[in-house]
Amino acid sequence: MILQLLTSFIAAATFCILFNAPVRALVQCGFAGMVGWMLYLQLDEKWDTVVATFVATVAVGVISQFFARSFKMPVIIFSVGGIIPLVPGGLAYDAMRKFVENDNNLAIQFAVQALLLSGAIATGLVLSEVLGQMFRRKNGRST
Amino acid sequence: MDSTSSNSNTSTHDIIDLCLLAGKIMLQSGAETYRVEDTMSRMAASLGFPGAHSYVTPTVIMFTTSRTEPVKLFRIAERTTDLQKVSEVNDISRRLSERQITANEARERLGAVDDAAHAYPAWLQIAAAALTGACFTVMFKGSLWDALPALLVSGLGFAAATYLHRLVQIRFFAEFTASFLIGLLAFFSVRLGVGQEMDKIIIGSVMPLVPGLLITNAVRDLMAGHLVSGLSKGADAFLTAFAIGTGIGLVLSLF
Repeated sequence: MILQLLTSFIAAATFCILFNAPVRALVQCGFAGMVGWMLYLQLDEKWDTVVATFVATVAVGVISQFFARSFKMPVIIFSVGGIIPLVPGGLAYDAMRKFVENDNNLAIQFAVQALLLSGAIATGLVLSEVLGQMFRRKNGRST
Repeated sequence: MDSTSSNSNTSTHDIIDLCLLAGKIMLQSGAETYRVEDTMSRMAASLGFPGAHSYVTPTVIMFTTSRTEPVKLFRIAERTTDLQKVSEVNDISRRLSERQITANEARERLGAVDDAAHAYPAWLQIAAAALTGACFTVMFKGSLWDALPALLVSGLGFAAATYLHRLVQIRFFAEFTASFLIGLLAFFSVRLGVGQEMDKIIIGSVMPLVPGLLITNAVRDLMAGHLVSGLSKGADAFLTAFAIGTGIGLVLSLF
Protein backbone atom coordinates (compact mmCIF):
# COMPACT_ATOMS: atom_id res chain seq x y z
CA MET A 1 0.00 0.00 0.00
CA ILE A 2 2.71 2.45 1.03
CA LEU A 3 4.80 1.11 -1.81
CA GLN A 4 1.96 1.89 -4.24
CA LEU A 5 1.62 5.41 -2.82
CA LEU A 6 5.32 6.03 -3.18
CA THR A 7 5.74 4.56 -6.66
CA SER A 8 2.68 6.31 -8.10
CA PHE A 9 3.93 9.64 -6.74
CA ILE A 10 7.39 9.15 -8.24
CA ALA A 11 6.06 7.77 -11.52
CA ALA A 12 3.73 10.75 -12.08
CA ALA A 13 6.40 13.29 -11.14
CA THR A 14 9.12 11.75 -13.28
CA PHE A 15 6.73 11.43 -16.20
CA CYS A 16 6.17 15.16 -15.98
CA ILE A 17 9.94 15.63 -16.30
CA LEU A 18 9.72 13.76 -19.61
CA PHE A 19 7.01 16.22 -20.67
CA ASN A 20 9.23 19.08 -19.51
CA ALA A 21 6.85 20.44 -16.90
CA PRO A 22 8.05 23.45 -14.88
CA VAL A 23 10.11 22.42 -11.84
CA ARG A 24 7.76 24.11 -9.40
CA ALA A 25 4.85 22.00 -10.67
CA LEU A 26 6.47 18.58 -10.24
CA VAL A 27 5.36 17.92 -6.66
CA GLN A 28 1.76 18.84 -7.50
CA CYS A 29 1.89 16.55 -10.56
CA GLY A 30 3.09 13.71 -8.39
CA PHE A 31 0.32 14.40 -5.89
CA ALA A 32 -2.37 14.39 -8.58
CA GLY A 33 -1.02 11.11 -9.94
CA MET A 34 -0.90 9.56 -6.49
CA VAL A 35 -4.49 10.49 -5.62
CA GLY A 36 -5.78 9.26 -8.99
CA TRP A 37 -3.96 5.94 -8.76
CA MET A 38 -4.96 5.23 -5.14
CA LEU A 39 -8.61 6.04 -5.87
CA TYR A 40 -8.47 3.81 -8.93
CA LEU A 41 -6.95 0.91 -6.96
CA GLN A 42 -9.60 1.16 -4.25
CA LEU A 43 -12.56 1.41 -6.65
CA ASP A 44 -11.27 -1.21 -9.08
CA GLU A 45 -11.79 -3.93 -6.46
CA LYS A 46 -15.52 -3.30 -6.15
CA TRP A 47 -16.63 -1.69 -9.41
CA ASP A 48 -16.02 -2.06 -13.10
CA THR A 49 -12.62 -0.86 -14.35
CA VAL A 50 -14.22 1.73 -16.65
CA VAL A 51 -16.19 3.25 -13.75
CA ALA A 52 -13.13 3.24 -11.49
CA THR A 53 -11.05 4.97 -14.16
CA PHE A 54 -13.80 7.52 -14.76
CA VAL A 55 -14.18 8.44 -11.08
CA ALA A 56 -10.40 8.60 -10.57
CA THR A 57 -10.07 10.89 -13.60
CA VAL A 58 -12.77 13.23 -12.33
CA ALA A 59 -10.88 13.47 -9.02
CA VAL A 60 -7.62 14.15 -10.86
CA GLY A 61 -9.36 16.76 -13.01
CA VAL A 62 -10.84 18.59 -10.01
CA ILE A 63 -7.46 18.59 -8.23
CA SER A 64 -5.76 19.88 -11.40
CA GLN A 65 -8.34 22.66 -11.76
CA PHE A 66 -7.65 23.67 -8.19
CA PHE A 67 -3.87 23.63 -8.68
CA ALA A 68 -4.15 25.46 -11.99
CA ARG A 69 -6.08 28.26 -10.34
CA SER A 70 -3.85 28.59 -7.31
CA PHE A 71 -0.56 28.39 -9.23
CA LYS A 72 -1.78 30.23 -12.37
CA MET A 73 -0.66 27.55 -14.79
CA PRO A 74 -2.64 25.70 -17.49
CA VAL A 75 -4.70 22.74 -16.27
CA ILE A 76 -2.96 20.37 -18.70
CA ILE A 77 0.31 20.52 -16.72
CA PHE A 78 -1.26 18.88 -13.68
CA SER A 79 -3.79 16.65 -15.36
CA VAL A 80 -1.15 14.96 -17.55
CA GLY A 81 0.74 13.68 -14.52
CA GLY A 82 -2.52 12.68 -12.91
CA ILE A 83 -3.96 10.61 -15.73
CA ILE A 84 -0.74 8.92 -16.89
CA PRO A 85 -1.04 6.03 -14.40
CA LEU A 86 -4.66 5.50 -15.47
CA VAL A 87 -3.92 5.36 -19.19
CA PRO A 88 -4.44 1.79 -20.44
CA GLY A 89 -0.87 1.21 -21.64
CA GLY A 90 -0.76 -2.30 -20.23
CA LEU A 91 -4.02 -3.25 -21.95
CA ALA A 92 -2.82 -1.87 -25.26
CA TYR A 93 0.28 -4.00 -24.86
CA ASP A 94 -1.78 -7.10 -24.05
CA ALA A 95 -3.92 -6.46 -27.12
CA MET A 96 -0.84 -6.18 -29.33
CA ARG A 97 0.63 -9.31 -27.82
CA LYS A 98 -2.51 -11.31 -28.51
CA PHE A 99 -2.54 -10.05 -32.10
CA VAL A 100 1.02 -11.28 -32.52
CA GLU A 101 0.06 -14.63 -31.00
CA ASN A 102 -2.77 -14.88 -33.55
CA ASP A 103 -5.42 -14.83 -30.83
CA ASN A 104 -7.49 -12.18 -32.58
CA ASN A 105 -10.65 -12.58 -30.51
CA LEU A 106 -8.94 -11.85 -27.23
CA ALA A 107 -6.87 -9.12 -28.90
CA ILE A 108 -9.96 -7.25 -30.07
CA GLN A 109 -11.50 -7.61 -26.60
CA PHE A 110 -8.43 -6.00 -25.05
CA ALA A 111 -8.31 -3.29 -27.71
CA VAL A 112 -11.97 -2.38 -27.21
CA GLN A 113 -11.45 -2.28 -23.44
CA ALA A 114 -8.45 0.06 -23.92
CA LEU A 115 -10.54 2.31 -26.15
CA LEU A 116 -13.37 2.39 -23.59
CA LEU A 117 -10.89 3.31 -20.86
CA SER A 118 -9.46 6.22 -22.87
CA GLY A 119 -13.03 7.32 -23.48
CA ALA A 120 -13.67 7.22 -19.74
CA ILE A 121 -10.53 9.29 -19.09
CA ALA A 122 -11.51 11.88 -21.67
CA THR A 123 -15.10 12.09 -20.36
CA GLY A 124 -13.79 12.43 -16.81
CA LEU A 125 -11.55 15.32 -17.80
CA VAL A 126 -14.35 17.11 -19.63
CA LEU A 127 -16.75 16.59 -16.72
CA SER A 128 -14.26 18.01 -14.21
CA GLU A 129 -13.82 21.01 -16.49
CA VAL A 130 -17.58 21.56 -16.66
CA LEU A 131 -17.79 21.22 -12.87
CA GLY A 132 -15.02 23.80 -12.52
CA GLN A 133 -16.85 26.23 -14.82
CA MET A 134 -20.11 25.80 -12.93
CA PHE A 135 -18.34 26.40 -9.64
CA ARG A 136 -16.74 29.57 -10.94
CA ARG A 137 -20.01 30.89 -12.33
CA LYS A 138 -21.67 30.26 -8.99
CA ASN A 139 -18.98 32.31 -7.27
CA GLY A 140 -19.71 35.16 -9.70
CA ARG A 141 -16.26 35.34 -11.26
CA SER A 142 -15.54 35.43 -14.97
CA THR A 143 -12.90 33.12 -16.46
CA MET B 1 -8.49 53.16 -27.74
CA ASP B 2 -5.65 52.84 -25.31
CA SER B 3 -4.47 49.62 -26.86
CA THR B 4 -3.72 51.27 -30.20
CA SER B 5 -2.08 54.30 -28.58
CA SER B 6 0.20 52.20 -26.39
CA ASN B 7 1.09 50.04 -29.38
CA SER B 8 1.15 52.82 -31.95
CA ASN B 9 4.33 51.50 -33.56
CA THR B 10 2.88 48.04 -34.20
CA SER B 11 1.01 47.42 -37.41
CA THR B 12 -1.77 44.93 -38.03
CA HIS B 13 0.73 42.54 -39.58
CA ASP B 14 2.91 42.62 -36.51
CA ILE B 15 -0.04 41.75 -34.34
CA ILE B 16 -1.05 38.87 -36.61
CA ASP B 17 2.54 37.61 -36.50
CA LEU B 18 2.58 37.90 -32.72
CA CYS B 19 -0.58 35.84 -32.33
CA LEU B 20 0.64 33.28 -34.85
CA LEU B 21 3.97 32.94 -33.03
CA ALA B 22 2.16 32.31 -29.74
CA GLY B 23 -0.09 29.75 -31.40
CA LYS B 24 2.85 28.07 -33.11
CA ILE B 25 4.82 27.62 -29.88
CA MET B 26 1.80 26.26 -28.05
CA LEU B 27 0.83 23.82 -30.76
CA GLN B 28 4.41 22.56 -31.16
CA SER B 29 4.59 22.04 -27.41
CA GLY B 30 1.51 19.86 -27.27
CA ALA B 31 -1.20 22.21 -26.01
CA GLU B 32 -4.82 21.26 -26.64
CA THR B 33 -6.36 22.61 -29.83
CA TYR B 34 -9.03 24.65 -28.08
CA ARG B 35 -6.41 26.26 -25.83
CA VAL B 36 -4.39 27.42 -28.83
CA GLU B 37 -7.46 28.94 -30.47
CA ASP B 38 -8.56 30.55 -27.22
CA THR B 39 -5.14 32.07 -26.50
CA MET B 40 -4.80 33.46 -30.00
CA SER B 41 -8.20 35.15 -30.05
CA ARG B 42 -7.68 36.52 -26.53
CA MET B 43 -4.35 38.05 -27.52
CA ALA B 44 -5.87 39.53 -30.68
CA ALA B 45 -8.80 40.93 -28.71
CA SER B 46 -6.52 42.61 -26.19
CA LEU B 47 -4.57 44.22 -29.05
CA GLY B 48 -7.71 45.69 -30.59
CA PHE B 49 -9.06 42.92 -32.83
CA PRO B 50 -12.07 41.45 -31.04
CA GLY B 51 -13.36 39.65 -34.16
CA ALA B 52 -10.28 37.54 -34.85
CA HIS B 53 -10.82 33.99 -36.05
CA SER B 54 -8.52 31.02 -35.99
CA TYR B 55 -8.68 27.46 -37.21
CA VAL B 56 -6.18 25.11 -35.60
CA THR B 57 -5.38 21.51 -36.45
CA PRO B 58 -2.30 19.55 -35.28
CA THR B 59 -0.47 20.40 -38.52
CA VAL B 60 -1.63 23.90 -39.45
CA ILE B 61 -2.78 27.19 -37.94
CA MET B 62 -4.96 29.59 -39.90
CA PHE B 63 -5.56 33.02 -38.48
CA THR B 64 -7.32 36.17 -39.57
CA THR B 65 -8.15 39.36 -37.73
CA SER B 66 -11.23 40.34 -39.70
CA ARG B 67 -13.32 39.40 -42.70
CA THR B 68 -11.50 41.74 -45.04
CA GLU B 69 -7.96 40.86 -44.02
CA PRO B 70 -6.26 37.97 -45.78
CA VAL B 71 -5.87 34.74 -43.83
CA LYS B 72 -2.38 33.91 -42.63
CA LEU B 73 -1.29 30.34 -42.42
CA PHE B 74 1.38 28.56 -40.44
CA ARG B 75 2.51 25.01 -41.00
CA ILE B 76 3.57 22.86 -38.03
CA ALA B 77 5.89 20.00 -38.91
CA GLU B 78 7.28 18.83 -35.59
CA ARG B 79 5.30 18.29 -32.40
CA THR B 80 6.67 17.44 -28.98
CA THR B 81 5.35 17.78 -25.46
CA ASP B 82 6.89 20.69 -23.62
CA LEU B 83 4.60 21.83 -20.82
CA GLN B 84 7.04 24.53 -19.74
CA LYS B 85 6.57 26.40 -23.00
CA VAL B 86 2.78 26.02 -22.88
CA SER B 87 2.83 27.49 -19.40
CA GLU B 88 5.09 30.39 -20.38
CA VAL B 89 3.07 31.37 -23.45
CA ASN B 90 -0.06 31.16 -21.32
CA ASP B 91 1.55 33.52 -18.84
CA ILE B 92 2.61 36.02 -21.53
CA SER B 93 -0.90 35.98 -23.03
CA ARG B 94 -2.46 36.63 -19.63
CA ARG B 95 -0.12 39.53 -18.89
CA LEU B 96 -0.85 40.98 -22.31
CA SER B 97 -4.61 40.87 -21.71
CA GLU B 98 -4.15 42.46 -18.30
CA ARG B 99 -2.03 45.16 -19.99
CA GLN B 100 0.97 44.48 -17.77
CA ILE B 101 3.19 44.25 -20.85
CA THR B 102 3.05 45.80 -24.32
CA ALA B 103 2.93 43.99 -27.64
CA ASN B 104 6.64 44.59 -28.20
CA GLU B 105 7.60 43.11 -24.85
CA ALA B 106 5.34 40.16 -25.55
CA ARG B 107 7.06 39.59 -28.88
CA GLU B 108 10.50 39.64 -27.26
CA ARG B 109 9.45 37.19 -24.58
CA LEU B 110 7.77 34.88 -27.06
CA GLY B 111 10.91 34.89 -29.19
CA ALA B 112 12.96 33.90 -26.15
CA VAL B 113 10.52 31.09 -25.32
CA ASP B 114 10.61 29.89 -28.93
CA ASP B 115 14.42 29.73 -28.98
CA ALA B 116 14.74 28.11 -25.57
CA ALA B 117 16.02 24.55 -25.61
CA HIS B 118 14.64 21.68 -23.56
CA ALA B 119 14.84 22.79 -19.93
CA TYR B 120 15.96 19.47 -18.48
CA PRO B 121 19.32 17.96 -19.50
CA ALA B 122 19.29 14.68 -21.41
CA TRP B 123 20.73 12.60 -18.57
CA LEU B 124 18.00 13.79 -16.22
CA GLN B 125 15.33 12.85 -18.75
CA ILE B 126 16.82 9.40 -19.18
CA ALA B 127 17.03 9.01 -15.40
CA ALA B 128 13.40 10.13 -15.13
CA ALA B 129 12.36 7.63 -17.80
CA ALA B 130 14.23 4.88 -15.96
CA LEU B 131 12.49 5.74 -12.69
CA THR B 132 9.12 5.93 -14.42
CA GLY B 133 9.60 2.47 -15.88
CA ALA B 134 10.62 0.96 -12.56
CA CYS B 135 7.72 2.58 -10.70
CA PHE B 136 5.16 1.47 -13.28
CA THR B 137 6.45 -2.08 -13.07
CA VAL B 138 5.73 -2.03 -9.33
CA MET B 139 2.36 -0.30 -9.85
CA PHE B 140 1.26 -2.96 -12.33
CA LYS B 141 1.80 -5.57 -9.62
CA GLY B 142 5.29 -6.59 -10.64
CA SER B 143 7.66 -7.55 -7.84
CA LEU B 144 10.51 -5.37 -6.61
CA TRP B 145 12.90 -7.78 -8.32
CA ASP B 146 11.33 -6.87 -11.63
CA ALA B 147 11.70 -3.17 -10.91
CA LEU B 148 15.47 -3.41 -10.97
CA PRO B 149 15.81 -4.68 -14.56
CA ALA B 150 12.92 -2.37 -15.55
CA LEU B 151 14.97 0.57 -14.29
CA LEU B 152 17.76 -0.34 -16.67
CA VAL B 153 15.61 -1.44 -19.59
CA SER B 154 13.37 1.65 -19.63
CA GLY B 155 16.33 4.00 -19.27
CA LEU B 156 18.13 2.39 -22.19
CA GLY B 157 14.93 2.21 -24.23
CA PHE B 158 14.18 5.90 -23.77
CA ALA B 159 17.79 6.86 -24.49
CA ALA B 160 17.67 4.80 -27.69
CA ALA B 161 14.38 6.42 -28.74
CA THR B 162 15.76 9.95 -28.20
CA TYR B 163 19.07 9.22 -29.90
CA LEU B 164 17.53 7.43 -32.89
CA HIS B 165 14.99 10.20 -33.34
CA ARG B 166 17.86 12.67 -33.62
CA LEU B 167 19.66 10.39 -36.05
CA VAL B 168 16.78 9.57 -38.42
CA GLN B 169 13.95 12.05 -38.53
CA ILE B 170 11.25 9.38 -38.71
CA ARG B 171 9.58 8.97 -35.32
CA PHE B 172 7.92 5.69 -36.23
CA PHE B 173 11.29 4.06 -36.87
CA ALA B 174 12.84 5.38 -33.65
CA GLU B 175 9.92 4.08 -31.58
CA PHE B 176 9.92 0.74 -33.33
CA THR B 177 13.65 0.20 -32.74
CA ALA B 178 13.49 1.41 -29.14
CA SER B 179 10.64 -0.94 -28.27
CA PHE B 180 12.40 -3.80 -30.06
CA LEU B 181 15.42 -3.07 -27.86
CA ILE B 182 13.20 -2.98 -24.76
CA GLY B 183 11.72 -6.35 -25.66
CA LEU B 184 15.16 -7.88 -26.26
CA LEU B 185 16.62 -6.51 -23.02
CA ALA B 186 13.60 -7.66 -21.01
CA PHE B 187 13.84 -11.11 -22.55
CA PHE B 188 17.54 -11.45 -21.76
CA SER B 189 17.17 -10.09 -18.24
CA VAL B 190 14.62 -12.83 -17.53
CA ARG B 191 16.81 -15.41 -19.27
CA LEU B 192 19.80 -14.34 -17.15
CA GLY B 193 17.71 -14.62 -14.00
CA VAL B 194 17.76 -10.92 -13.11
CA GLY B 195 14.01 -10.48 -13.58
CA GLN B 196 11.07 -12.80 -13.10
CA GLU B 197 8.16 -11.74 -15.29
CA MET B 198 9.02 -10.47 -18.76
CA ASP B 199 5.52 -9.03 -19.27
CA LYS B 200 5.70 -6.77 -16.24
CA ILE B 201 9.15 -5.49 -17.17
CA ILE B 202 8.03 -4.72 -20.71
CA ILE B 203 4.79 -2.99 -19.70
CA GLY B 204 6.62 -0.76 -17.22
CA SER B 205 9.43 0.01 -19.62
CA VAL B 206 7.31 1.01 -22.61
CA MET B 207 5.25 3.45 -20.52
CA PRO B 208 7.58 6.42 -21.25
CA LEU B 209 6.99 5.79 -24.97
CA VAL B 210 3.26 4.97 -24.91
CA PRO B 211 1.07 7.71 -26.46
CA GLY B 212 -1.40 7.79 -23.59
CA LEU B 213 -1.70 11.55 -23.57
CA LEU B 214 -2.25 11.67 -27.34
CA ILE B 215 -5.06 9.09 -27.20
CA THR B 216 -6.83 10.96 -24.41
CA ASN B 217 -6.36 14.33 -26.13
CA ALA B 218 -7.73 12.84 -29.34
CA VAL B 219 -10.93 11.62 -27.70
CA ARG B 220 -11.22 14.93 -25.90
CA ASP B 221 -10.85 16.95 -29.10
CA LEU B 222 -13.49 14.78 -30.77
CA MET B 223 -15.92 15.42 -27.91
CA ALA B 224 -15.23 19.15 -28.05
CA GLY B 225 -16.23 19.16 -31.73
CA HIS B 226 -12.71 19.57 -33.14
CA LEU B 227 -13.27 16.69 -35.51
CA VAL B 228 -10.24 17.12 -37.77
CA SER B 229 -7.76 17.52 -34.91
CA GLY B 230 -9.33 14.64 -33.02
CA LEU B 231 -9.03 12.25 -35.94
CA SER B 232 -5.48 13.29 -36.86
CA LYS B 233 -4.30 13.03 -33.26
CA GLY B 234 -5.93 9.63 -33.08
CA ALA B 235 -4.06 8.54 -36.20
CA ASP B 236 -0.82 9.86 -34.72
CA ALA B 237 -1.40 7.96 -31.48
CA PHE B 238 -2.34 4.81 -33.38
CA LEU B 239 0.90 4.96 -35.39
CA THR B 240 2.98 5.26 -32.24
CA ALA B 241 1.13 2.44 -30.51
CA PHE B 242 1.52 0.37 -33.65
CA ALA B 243 5.28 1.04 -33.76
CA ILE B 244 5.70 -0.01 -30.13
CA GLY B 245 3.47 -3.03 -30.58
CA THR B 246 5.36 -4.17 -33.67
CA GLY B 247 8.71 -3.78 -31.94
CA ILE B 248 7.63 -5.82 -28.94
CA GLY B 249 5.69 -8.24 -31.10
CA LEU B 250 8.79 -8.96 -33.19
CA VAL B 251 10.72 -9.95 -30.07
CA LEU B 252 7.86 -12.17 -28.89
CA SER B 253 7.57 -13.94 -32.22
CA LEU B 254 11.35 -14.43 -32.47
CA PHE B 255 11.67 -16.23 -29.15
